Amino acid sequence: MLESRESSRLGLPAQQDHVSQAIPSDVTLRVKALESLLVDKGLVDRAALDRIVDTFETKIGPRNGARVVARAWIDRDYMKRLLTDASTAIEELGFHRYQGEDIVALENTPKIHNLVVCTLCSCYPWPLLGLPPVWYKSAPYRSRAVIDPRGVLKEFGLDIAPDVEVRVWDSTAEIRYIVLPERPAGSEHLNEDALAALVTRDAMIGTAKVTFDVRKESA
Amino acid sequence: MNGVHDMGGMHGMGPIRHEPNEPTFHEPWEGRVYALSRVLRTRGGIWNLDASRHGLEVLPPIDYLRMSYYERWLAWLLKTVVAAGDVTPAEIESGSPAIGSPRKSALVTAEAVPSMVDRRASARRDVAVTPRFKPGARVRARNLHPTGHTRIPRYVRAKHGVVVLDRGVFLFPDTNAHLLGEKPQHVYSVRFAARELWGEQASPRDFVHLDMWDDSLEPV
Repeated sequence: MLESRESSRLGLPAQQDHVSQAIPSDVTLRVKALESLLVDKGLVDRAALDRIVDTFETKIGPRNGARVVARAWIDRDYMKRLLTDASTAIEELGFHRYQGEDIVALENTPKIHNLVVCTLCSCYPWPLLGLPPVWYKSAPYRSRAVIDPRGVLKEFGLDIAPDVEVRVWDSTAEIRYIVLPERPAGSEHLNEDALAALVTRDAMIGTAKVTFDVRKESA
Repeated sequence: MNGVHDMGGMHGMGPIRHEPNEPTFHEPWEGRVYALSRVLRTRGGIWNLDASRHGLEVLPPIDYLRMSYYERWLAWLLKTVVAAGDVTPAEIESGSPAIGSPRKSALVTAEAVPSMVDRRASARRDVAVTPRFKPGARVRARNLHPTGHTRIPRYVRAKHGVVVLDRGVFLFPDTNAHLLGEKPQHVYSVRFAARELWGEQASPRDFVHLDMWDDSLEPV
Protein backbone atom coordinates (compact mmCIF):
# COMPACT_ATOMS: atom_id res chain seq x y z
CA MET A 1 0.00 0.00 0.00
CA LEU A 2 2.89 2.29 0.77
CA GLU A 3 3.93 2.05 -2.84
CA SER A 4 0.49 2.93 -4.14
CA ARG A 5 0.22 5.74 -1.59
CA GLU A 6 3.47 7.13 -2.91
CA SER A 7 2.20 7.05 -6.45
CA SER A 8 -1.01 8.69 -5.29
CA ARG A 9 0.94 11.83 -4.46
CA LEU A 10 -0.48 14.83 -6.22
CA GLY A 11 -3.49 12.71 -7.07
CA LEU A 12 -1.67 10.75 -9.72
CA PRO A 13 -3.24 7.43 -10.62
CA ALA A 14 -1.71 4.62 -8.68
CA GLN A 15 -0.84 1.97 -11.22
CA GLN A 16 0.22 -0.42 -8.47
CA ASP A 17 -3.30 -0.32 -7.05
CA HIS A 18 -4.30 -3.00 -9.51
CA VAL A 19 -1.90 -5.55 -8.06
CA SER A 20 -3.97 -7.91 -5.98
CA GLN A 21 -3.04 -7.86 -2.35
CA ALA A 22 -3.34 -10.72 0.08
CA ILE A 23 -3.33 -8.39 3.06
CA PRO A 24 -5.98 -5.64 3.01
CA SER A 25 -4.45 -2.19 2.98
CA ASP A 26 -4.69 0.14 5.93
CA VAL A 27 -7.12 2.43 4.12
CA THR A 28 -9.37 -0.52 3.18
CA LEU A 29 -9.58 -1.51 6.83
CA ARG A 30 -10.28 2.04 7.96
CA VAL A 31 -13.13 2.43 5.48
CA LYS A 32 -14.57 -0.98 6.40
CA ALA A 33 -14.47 -0.03 10.09
CA LEU A 34 -16.21 3.30 9.46
CA GLU A 35 -18.88 1.69 7.29
CA SER A 36 -19.56 -1.06 9.87
CA LEU A 37 -19.80 1.47 12.66
CA LEU A 38 -22.33 3.61 10.77
CA VAL A 39 -24.31 0.52 9.76
CA ASP A 40 -24.34 -0.72 13.37
CA LYS A 41 -25.56 2.69 14.46
CA GLY A 42 -28.44 2.36 12.02
CA LEU A 43 -27.52 5.54 10.09
CA VAL A 44 -26.36 3.78 6.97
CA ASP A 45 -27.99 0.99 4.98
CA ARG A 46 -25.30 -1.20 3.44
CA ALA A 47 -27.54 -2.12 0.49
CA ALA A 48 -27.93 1.58 -0.29
CA LEU A 49 -24.15 1.95 -0.53
CA ASP A 50 -23.99 -1.07 -2.87
CA ARG A 51 -26.62 0.48 -5.06
CA ILE A 52 -24.87 3.87 -5.25
CA VAL A 53 -21.57 2.24 -6.22
CA ASP A 54 -23.32 0.11 -8.84
CA THR A 55 -25.14 3.12 -10.28
CA PHE A 56 -21.91 5.01 -10.88
CA GLU A 57 -19.99 1.95 -12.07
CA THR A 58 -22.58 0.67 -14.52
CA LYS A 59 -25.33 3.19 -15.26
CA ILE A 60 -23.97 6.74 -15.26
CA GLY A 61 -21.01 7.49 -17.47
CA PRO A 62 -19.78 9.18 -20.65
CA ARG A 63 -22.13 7.11 -22.80
CA ASN A 64 -24.90 9.40 -21.54
CA GLY A 65 -23.10 12.50 -22.75
CA ALA A 66 -22.26 10.80 -26.04
CA ARG A 67 -25.97 10.27 -26.69
CA VAL A 68 -26.61 13.98 -26.17
CA VAL A 69 -23.79 14.90 -28.57
CA ALA A 70 -24.94 12.43 -31.23
CA ARG A 71 -28.51 13.72 -31.03
CA ALA A 72 -27.26 17.29 -31.45
CA TRP A 73 -25.26 16.28 -34.52
CA ILE A 74 -28.21 14.73 -36.32
CA ASP A 75 -30.95 17.10 -35.17
CA ARG A 76 -30.31 20.80 -35.78
CA ASP A 77 -33.27 21.90 -33.65
CA TYR A 78 -32.08 19.75 -30.76
CA MET A 79 -28.63 21.27 -31.08
CA LYS A 80 -30.16 24.74 -30.85
CA ARG A 81 -32.06 23.77 -27.70
CA LEU A 82 -28.93 22.18 -26.25
CA LEU A 83 -26.89 25.34 -26.79
CA THR A 84 -29.55 27.67 -25.38
CA ASP A 85 -30.95 25.57 -22.50
CA ALA A 86 -28.93 22.39 -22.03
CA SER A 87 -30.56 21.38 -18.74
CA THR A 88 -33.94 21.07 -20.46
CA ALA A 89 -32.44 19.52 -23.58
CA ILE A 90 -30.69 16.74 -21.66
CA GLU A 91 -33.91 16.06 -19.77
CA GLU A 92 -35.54 15.22 -23.11
CA LEU A 93 -33.14 12.26 -23.20
CA GLY A 94 -33.85 11.37 -19.58
CA PHE A 95 -30.80 12.87 -17.85
CA HIS A 96 -31.46 15.20 -14.94
CA ARG A 97 -29.47 14.00 -12.01
CA TYR A 98 -27.54 15.53 -9.17
CA GLN A 99 -24.78 17.87 -10.37
CA GLY A 100 -26.58 18.16 -13.69
CA GLU A 101 -29.16 20.74 -12.67
CA ASP A 102 -27.54 23.64 -14.45
CA ILE A 103 -25.76 22.28 -17.47
CA VAL A 104 -24.27 24.48 -20.19
CA ALA A 105 -23.13 23.04 -23.51
CA LEU A 106 -20.15 24.69 -25.21
CA GLU A 107 -19.89 24.38 -28.96
CA ASN A 108 -16.50 23.74 -30.51
CA THR A 109 -16.11 25.27 -33.96
CA PRO A 110 -13.21 25.64 -36.43
CA LYS A 111 -12.46 28.98 -34.70
CA ILE A 112 -13.19 28.20 -31.02
CA HIS A 113 -11.92 25.36 -28.85
CA ASN A 114 -13.47 24.96 -25.38
CA LEU A 115 -11.75 23.29 -22.44
CA VAL A 116 -13.36 22.54 -19.04
CA VAL A 117 -11.57 22.45 -15.69
CA CYS A 118 -12.29 22.90 -11.99
CA THR A 119 -9.22 24.53 -10.50
CA LEU A 120 -10.65 24.59 -6.95
CA CYS A 121 -11.91 21.02 -6.61
CA SER A 122 -13.44 18.49 -9.01
CA CYS A 123 -16.72 19.89 -10.39
CA TYR A 124 -17.89 17.81 -13.33
CA PRO A 125 -21.22 17.06 -15.08
CA TRP A 126 -21.90 13.74 -13.30
CA PRO A 127 -25.18 12.79 -15.08
CA LEU A 128 -23.60 13.12 -18.51
CA LEU A 129 -20.01 11.97 -17.94
CA GLY A 130 -20.12 9.99 -14.69
CA LEU A 131 -17.46 10.61 -12.03
CA PRO A 132 -14.33 12.41 -13.23
CA PRO A 133 -11.11 10.57 -14.08
CA VAL A 134 -8.16 10.93 -11.69
CA TRP A 135 -6.23 13.25 -14.02
CA TYR A 136 -9.12 15.74 -14.11
CA LYS A 137 -9.07 15.98 -10.29
CA SER A 138 -5.32 16.07 -10.02
CA ALA A 139 -2.91 18.94 -9.42
CA PRO A 140 -1.15 18.86 -12.81
CA TYR A 141 -4.36 19.43 -14.80
CA ARG A 142 -6.04 21.79 -12.33
CA SER A 143 -2.95 23.99 -12.07
CA ARG A 144 -2.08 24.24 -15.76
CA ALA A 145 -5.37 24.19 -17.67
CA VAL A 146 -5.94 27.90 -16.97
CA ILE A 147 -2.39 29.23 -17.41
CA ASP A 148 -1.20 27.00 -20.24
CA PRO A 149 -4.22 25.47 -21.99
CA ARG A 150 -2.38 25.03 -25.28
CA GLY A 151 0.45 23.19 -23.54
CA VAL A 152 -2.06 20.95 -21.77
CA LEU A 153 -3.86 20.23 -25.04
CA LYS A 154 -0.54 19.40 -26.69
CA GLU A 155 0.08 16.85 -23.94
CA PHE A 156 -3.24 15.29 -24.92
CA GLY A 157 -2.06 15.23 -28.54
CA LEU A 158 -4.03 18.26 -29.73
CA ASP A 159 -2.25 21.03 -31.59
CA ILE A 160 -4.51 24.06 -31.65
CA ALA A 161 -3.72 26.50 -34.46
CA PRO A 162 -2.63 29.98 -33.28
CA ASP A 163 -5.65 31.64 -34.92
CA VAL A 164 -8.12 29.45 -33.00
CA GLU A 165 -9.48 30.94 -29.76
CA VAL A 166 -9.05 28.72 -26.73
CA ARG A 167 -11.78 29.23 -24.13
CA VAL A 168 -11.13 27.70 -20.75
CA TRP A 169 -14.14 27.28 -18.45
CA ASP A 170 -13.25 27.15 -14.75
CA SER A 171 -16.22 25.54 -12.96
CA THR A 172 -16.26 27.90 -9.99
CA ALA A 173 -20.04 27.84 -9.37
CA GLU A 174 -22.78 25.21 -9.76
CA ILE A 175 -22.91 25.47 -13.55
CA ARG A 176 -21.63 22.27 -15.13
CA TYR A 177 -20.08 22.27 -18.58
CA ILE A 178 -20.03 19.78 -21.40
CA VAL A 179 -18.22 20.43 -24.66
CA LEU A 180 -20.11 19.76 -27.86
CA PRO A 181 -17.29 18.58 -30.10
CA GLU A 182 -17.17 19.14 -33.85
CA ARG A 183 -18.70 16.35 -35.88
CA PRO A 184 -15.82 14.59 -37.65
CA ALA A 185 -15.44 14.80 -41.39
CA GLY A 186 -16.60 11.72 -43.30
CA SER A 187 -19.24 10.80 -40.70
CA GLU A 188 -22.18 12.23 -42.64
CA HIS A 189 -23.69 8.81 -43.39
CA LEU A 190 -23.51 7.47 -39.83
CA ASN A 191 -26.66 7.06 -37.76
CA GLU A 192 -27.15 8.32 -34.20
CA ASP A 193 -25.88 5.16 -32.49
CA ALA A 194 -22.78 4.97 -34.67
CA LEU A 195 -22.07 8.63 -34.01
CA ALA A 196 -22.52 8.19 -30.25
CA ALA A 197 -19.96 5.39 -30.35
CA LEU A 198 -17.36 7.82 -31.71
CA VAL A 199 -17.77 10.38 -28.91
CA THR A 200 -15.22 10.04 -26.10
CA ARG A 201 -15.27 11.39 -22.57
CA ASP A 202 -12.19 13.51 -23.27
CA ALA A 203 -13.87 15.11 -26.29
CA MET A 204 -16.68 16.27 -23.99
CA ILE A 205 -14.14 17.76 -21.54
CA GLY A 206 -12.33 19.42 -24.42
CA THR A 207 -9.02 17.54 -24.21
CA ALA A 208 -9.68 15.59 -27.42
CA LYS A 209 -11.43 15.91 -30.74
CA VAL A 210 -13.78 13.29 -32.13
CA THR A 211 -12.15 11.42 -34.97
CA PHE A 212 -13.54 9.08 -37.58
CA ASP A 213 -11.31 6.86 -39.66
CA VAL A 214 -13.08 6.33 -42.99
CA ARG A 215 -10.42 3.84 -44.15
CA LYS A 216 -10.84 1.74 -41.03
CA GLU A 217 -14.57 1.56 -41.65
CA SER A 218 -14.25 0.39 -45.22
CA ALA A 219 -11.53 -2.12 -44.31
CA MET B 1 -8.96 30.72 2.08
CA ASN B 2 -5.65 30.96 0.28
CA GLY B 3 -5.22 27.20 0.38
CA VAL B 4 -3.27 24.73 -1.68
CA HIS B 5 -6.54 23.54 -3.24
CA ASP B 6 -6.61 26.83 -5.18
CA MET B 7 -4.23 25.53 -7.82
CA GLY B 8 -4.98 27.55 -10.93
CA GLY B 9 -1.71 28.89 -12.34
CA MET B 10 0.68 26.96 -10.08
CA HIS B 11 3.79 25.39 -11.55
CA GLY B 12 5.74 22.24 -10.80
CA MET B 13 2.89 19.76 -10.38
CA GLY B 14 4.31 17.42 -13.02
CA PRO B 15 2.86 15.84 -16.15
CA ILE B 16 -0.79 14.91 -16.57
CA ARG B 17 -1.14 11.15 -16.16
CA HIS B 18 -3.85 10.00 -18.51
CA GLU B 19 -4.93 6.44 -17.78
CA PRO B 20 -6.59 4.54 -20.64
CA ASN B 21 -9.83 2.73 -19.75
CA GLU B 22 -9.82 4.11 -16.25
CA PRO B 23 -12.30 2.41 -13.88
CA THR B 24 -14.84 4.49 -11.95
CA PHE B 25 -13.17 3.42 -8.71
CA HIS B 26 -9.64 2.01 -8.58
CA GLU B 27 -10.29 0.07 -5.39
CA PRO B 28 -13.53 -0.98 -3.68
CA TRP B 29 -12.89 1.32 -0.69
CA GLU B 30 -13.06 4.37 -2.97
CA GLY B 31 -16.60 3.48 -4.00
CA ARG B 32 -17.58 2.97 -0.36
CA VAL B 33 -16.19 6.39 0.58
CA TYR B 34 -18.05 8.01 -2.30
CA ALA B 35 -21.31 6.26 -1.40
CA LEU B 36 -20.98 7.04 2.33
CA SER B 37 -20.45 10.70 1.46
CA ARG B 38 -23.51 10.80 -0.76
CA VAL B 39 -25.67 9.26 1.95
CA LEU B 40 -24.40 11.44 4.79
CA ARG B 41 -24.58 14.61 2.70
CA THR B 42 -28.34 14.24 2.26
CA ARG B 43 -28.71 15.85 5.68
CA GLY B 44 -27.44 19.30 4.76
CA GLY B 45 -26.13 21.53 7.55
CA ILE B 46 -22.46 20.81 8.14
CA TRP B 47 -22.83 18.16 5.41
CA ASN B 48 -23.91 20.65 2.75
CA LEU B 49 -21.94 20.71 -0.50
CA ASP B 50 -20.13 23.97 0.25
CA ALA B 51 -19.26 22.93 3.79
CA SER B 52 -17.95 19.61 2.50
CA ARG B 53 -15.77 21.35 -0.08
CA HIS B 54 -14.41 23.56 2.67
CA GLY B 55 -13.81 20.46 4.78
CA LEU B 56 -11.33 19.30 2.12
CA GLU B 57 -9.72 22.73 1.78
CA VAL B 58 -8.84 22.87 5.47
CA LEU B 59 -6.86 19.63 5.39
CA PRO B 60 -3.22 20.50 6.13
CA PRO B 61 -1.64 21.42 2.77
CA ILE B 62 1.03 18.74 3.02
CA ASP B 63 -1.69 16.10 3.54
CA TYR B 64 -3.87 17.53 0.77
CA LEU B 65 -1.03 17.15 -1.73
CA ARG B 66 0.10 13.76 -0.47
CA MET B 67 -3.34 12.14 -0.35
CA SER B 68 -5.23 10.66 -3.26
CA TYR B 69 -8.64 12.15 -4.05
CA TYR B 70 -10.70 9.65 -2.04
CA GLU B 71 -8.19 9.62 0.82
CA ARG B 72 -9.07 13.32 1.23
CA TRP B 73 -12.77 12.45 1.28
CA LEU B 74 -12.11 9.78 3.91
CA ALA B 75 -10.23 12.25 6.11
CA TRP B 76 -13.12 14.71 5.78
CA LEU B 77 -15.70 11.98 6.52
CA LEU B 78 -13.93 10.83 9.67
CA LYS B 79 -13.73 14.40 10.94
CA THR B 80 -17.31 15.27 10.05
CA VAL B 81 -19.06 12.20 11.53
CA VAL B 82 -17.48 13.19 14.84
CA ALA B 83 -18.31 16.89 14.45
CA ALA B 84 -21.92 15.99 13.57
CA GLY B 85 -22.18 13.95 16.76
CA ASP B 86 -22.90 10.74 14.86
CA VAL B 87 -20.01 8.85 16.40
CA THR B 88 -17.41 9.50 19.06
CA PRO B 89 -13.64 9.27 18.53
CA ALA B 90 -13.70 6.29 20.91
CA GLU B 91 -16.21 4.50 18.69
CA ILE B 92 -14.03 5.09 15.63
CA GLU B 93 -11.11 3.70 17.60
CA SER B 94 -13.01 0.57 18.75
CA GLY B 95 -15.05 0.13 15.54
CA SER B 96 -18.31 -0.53 17.37
CA PRO B 97 -21.07 1.60 18.91
CA ALA B 98 -20.70 2.49 22.57
CA ILE B 99 -22.93 0.40 24.83
CA GLY B 100 -26.34 2.04 25.16
CA SER B 101 -25.86 4.45 22.23
CA PRO B 102 -29.21 5.09 20.52
CA ARG B 103 -29.96 3.33 17.25
CA LYS B 104 -30.81 5.73 14.43
CA SER B 105 -32.84 5.21 11.30
CA ALA B 106 -31.14 4.89 7.91
CA LEU B 107 -30.69 8.17 6.07
CA VAL B 108 -31.14 6.58 2.66
CA THR B 109 -32.57 3.13 2.01
CA ALA B 110 -31.59 1.06 -1.02
CA GLU B 111 -35.04 1.71 -2.49
CA ALA B 112 -34.48 5.47 -2.17
CA VAL B 113 -31.15 5.48 -4.04
CA PRO B 114 -32.54 6.02 -7.56
CA SER B 115 -34.54 9.05 -6.43
CA MET B 116 -31.55 10.36 -4.48
CA VAL B 117 -29.37 10.07 -7.59
CA ASP B 118 -32.05 11.71 -9.75
CA ARG B 119 -32.89 14.37 -7.20
CA ARG B 120 -32.80 17.90 -8.51
CA ALA B 121 -30.70 19.63 -5.92
CA SER B 122 -29.88 22.84 -7.68
CA ALA B 123 -28.15 25.66 -5.87
CA ARG B 124 -30.38 27.95 -7.95
CA ARG B 125 -32.84 29.97 -5.86
CA ASP B 126 -36.18 31.19 -7.07
CA VAL B 127 -36.09 34.58 -5.38
CA ALA B 128 -36.21 38.07 -6.85
CA VAL B 129 -32.82 39.73 -6.42
CA THR B 130 -31.76 42.76 -8.43
CA PRO B 131 -28.65 42.04 -10.48
CA ARG B 132 -25.83 44.54 -9.99
CA PHE B 133 -24.43 43.96 -13.48
CA LYS B 134 -25.72 43.55 -17.00
CA PRO B 135 -24.17 41.55 -19.83
CA GLY B 136 -21.46 43.66 -21.41
CA ALA B 137 -20.50 45.34 -18.12
CA ARG B 138 -16.78 45.80 -17.42
CA VAL B 139 -16.03 44.39 -13.98
CA ARG B 140 -13.15 43.72 -11.63
CA ALA B 141 -12.92 40.61 -9.48
CA ARG B 142 -12.69 41.88 -5.92
CA ASN B 143 -9.31 41.55 -4.28
CA LEU B 144 -10.59 39.58 -1.31
CA HIS B 145 -8.61 37.11 0.78
CA PRO B 146 -11.14 35.58 3.16
CA THR B 147 -9.84 32.96 5.59
CA GLY B 148 -13.02 30.92 5.09
CA HIS B 149 -14.52 29.28 2.02
CA THR B 150 -14.61 31.18 -1.24
CA ARG B 151 -15.01 30.33 -4.91
CA ILE B 152 -12.94 33.23 -6.22
CA PRO B 153 -9.65 31.66 -7.28
CA ARG B 154 -6.55 33.67 -6.42
CA TYR B 155 -5.50 33.97 -10.05
CA VAL B 156 -8.51 36.11 -10.93
CA ARG B 157 -8.56 38.52 -7.99
CA ALA B 158 -8.20 42.20 -8.93
CA LYS B 159 -8.33 41.28 -12.63
CA HIS B 160 -10.59 42.96 -15.13
CA GLY B 161 -13.16 41.08 -17.16
CA VAL B 162 -16.47 41.42 -18.97
CA VAL B 163 -19.84 40.03 -17.90
CA VAL B 164 -21.05 37.79 -20.72
CA LEU B 165 -24.21 36.27 -19.26
CA ASP B 166 -26.38 36.46 -16.18
CA ARG B 167 -26.85 32.85 -15.06
CA GLY B 168 -29.59 33.67 -12.57
CA VAL B 169 -29.79 33.61 -8.79
CA PHE B 170 -27.84 31.06 -6.76
CA LEU B 171 -26.96 30.60 -3.12
CA PHE B 172 -23.60 32.03 -2.04
CA PRO B 173 -21.06 29.35 -1.04
CA ASP B 174 -18.93 31.77 0.97
CA THR B 175 -21.69 32.06 3.58
CA ASN B 176 -23.46 28.73 3.04
CA ALA B 177 -20.26 26.76 3.74
CA HIS B 178 -20.16 28.28 7.22
CA LEU B 179 -23.92 27.94 7.85
CA LEU B 180 -24.26 31.73 7.74
CA GLY B 181 -27.21 31.71 5.39
CA GLU B 182 -27.69 31.23 1.67
CA LYS B 183 -27.47 34.91 0.71
CA PRO B 184 -28.91 34.27 -2.78
CA GLN B 185 -27.50 36.49 -5.52
CA HIS B 186 -26.86 36.63 -9.24
CA VAL B 187 -24.09 34.56 -10.78
CA TYR B 188 -22.50 35.75 -14.01
CA SER B 189 -20.32 34.17 -16.62
CA VAL B 190 -17.34 36.54 -16.67
CA ARG B 191 -14.77 36.49 -19.46
CA PHE B 192 -11.14 37.31 -18.73
CA ALA B 193 -8.47 37.68 -21.38
CA ALA B 194 -5.63 35.24 -20.78
CA ARG B 195 -3.22 38.19 -21.12
CA GLU B 196 -5.03 40.07 -18.33
CA LEU B 197 -4.54 37.04 -16.07
CA TRP B 198 -1.09 35.86 -17.10
CA GLY B 199 0.60 38.69 -18.98
CA GLU B 200 2.41 38.71 -22.30
CA GLN B 201 3.32 35.01 -22.18
CA ALA B 202 -0.33 34.11 -22.82
CA SER B 203 -1.87 33.87 -26.26
CA PRO B 204 -3.78 37.02 -27.23
CA ARG B 205 -6.52 34.73 -28.54
CA ASP B 206 -7.19 32.87 -25.29
CA PHE B 207 -9.80 33.56 -22.63
CA VAL B 208 -10.80 32.10 -19.29
CA HIS B 209 -14.46 32.14 -18.28
CA LEU B 210 -15.43 31.96 -14.61
CA ASP B 211 -18.80 31.92 -12.89
CA MET B 212 -18.80 34.69 -10.34
CA TRP B 213 -21.26 35.97 -7.75
CA ASP B 214 -22.42 39.57 -7.35
CA ASP B 215 -20.47 39.86 -4.09
CA SER B 216 -17.25 38.84 -5.88
CA LEU B 217 -17.36 41.64 -8.45
CA GLU B 218 -17.10 45.40 -8.54
CA PRO B 219 -17.82 47.81 -11.38
CA VAL B 220 -14.94 49.31 -13.33
